Amino acid sequence: MKLFILLLVGFLLPTAAPAQTPEGAPDVLVKNVTNEVLEIVRKDKDIQSGNQKKVLGLVEAKVLPNFDFSHMTRLALAREWRTATPAQQKSLTDEFRTLLVRTYSKALTEYKNQAIEFKPFRMSAGETDVKVRTLISQSGAKPIPLDYYLEKTPQGWKVYDIEVDGISLVVNYRESFAAEVRKGGVDGLIKSLQTKNRSADGPERQ
Amino acid sequence: MKVVNAQKKEAPVRTSNLLPVMVMAALLGGCATTGNSKDPLEGFNRGMFAFNEGLDKAVIKPVAKGYEAILPQPARNGVSNFFANIEDVYIAVNNLLQGKVPDAINDAGRVLVNTTLGVLGFMDVASDLGVEKHNEDFGQTLGWWGVGNGPYVVLPFFGGRTTRDAFGLVLDLKVDPVGNIGKVPTRNTLEVTRVLSQRVELFSVDKIVDEAALDRYSYLRGAYLQRRHNLIYDGKPPRERDESE
Repeated sequence: MKLFILLLVGFLLPTAAPAQTPEGAPDVLVKNVTNEVLEIVRKDKDIQSGNQKKVLGLVEAKVLPNFDFSHMTRLALAREWRTATPAQQKSLTDEFRTLLVRTYSKALTEYKNQAIEFKPFRMSAGETDVKVRTLISQSGAKPIPLDYYLEKTPQGWKVYDIEVDGISLVVNYRESFAAEVRKGGVDGLIKSLQTKNRSADGPERQ
Repeated sequence: MKVVNAQKKEAPVRTSNLLPVMVMAALLGGCATTGNSKDPLEGFNRGMFAFNEGLDKAVIKPVAKGYEAILPQPARNGVSNFFANIEDVYIAVNNLLQGKVPDAINDAGRVLVNTTLGVLGFMDVASDLGVEKHNEDFGQTLGWWGVGNGPYVVLPFFGGRTTRDAFGLVLDLKVDPVGNIGKVPTRNTLEVTRVLSQRVELFSVDKIVDEAALDRYSYLRGAYLQRRHNLIYDGKPPRERDESE
């Protein structure tokens, strides 16, 4: 029996830990996570009817570990990032993370069984910044491209932006973030984010 | 008066219908104070945005909720497909105007297949057969020919547009098959049904934007501008992301 387990581990090891990265190719990562999460959403009536707590749990467990929130916050803050102190940068990242997780969770509860197609992916050796393309098809409408930008980090590939039909999730925050900083400084922006996140804690708004 | 200059330079197409709107926008825009170069009329635009949101909340959204409650999902899909099929007619025209002949043929083929096999467009058979739908309009055609955005302007009822797309909208409405139906009751019924059908499809987006946006106005403006930019390049815009870091 022991031998059998050893053999099994021996077989599994090369696939589980390829030379390059622990998670393997970025497109495989996107595909696996998408399929796994949507499979759960399709089966879960609570999530479909908008149970925020349950969907947040799912996102925390399956999706979050694959995102690089510090990179996302840096991109959204653009020039203002360098004017923030390390403490402010941490608060910004925490609050932005909460906001993005809520948004992502909301989007999942609105998922209506649309078909997802994974576009062919090719990358040259040594590339560390890639775009993985997917396509959401729906009847009577132009399919919507949903693209993931990933960067290779020591912890494996991490998503740092999502683009829906050409709209970058992160870039779209730039203007309002810059406006908040102009109005009340970096602390003003942190406060606005906190207020926003707290207001979303309340009862479901229409 | 920078505004007027920008319009002259970037949107040379003249259409009398929009002139009053533009003049009003230019006058009211004088009070705008924020520094967004794409939105010099922000003061006026925010006012119009509030008006549109109010109209939506008071009338359009509640009626669309009723529409959603009365018609089951498959029937709503049929209605949505029906209008999407009509839309394909001028998508074909716009692809032709942009010199994209194979795309125009693809669109015309969609209309042919969906109007016949798809029973007057109620079923999107073409998509099932792999004949993909496109997204084109006159604003994109103008953009394709090099007409710049011009200032962002929020129109009553229609919502935010670049100046170029506002002119494009006038042309879209001119060739819209539904708007050109001679029989007034039929036309009105179809127009209202189309608005409701499109509004219902936005319920999901609405909830997500509510969750996401610190400031709904600038969030929607940013999303609109990014999306239009992307559409004009048919999903392959030149990369601009790197300027940030």
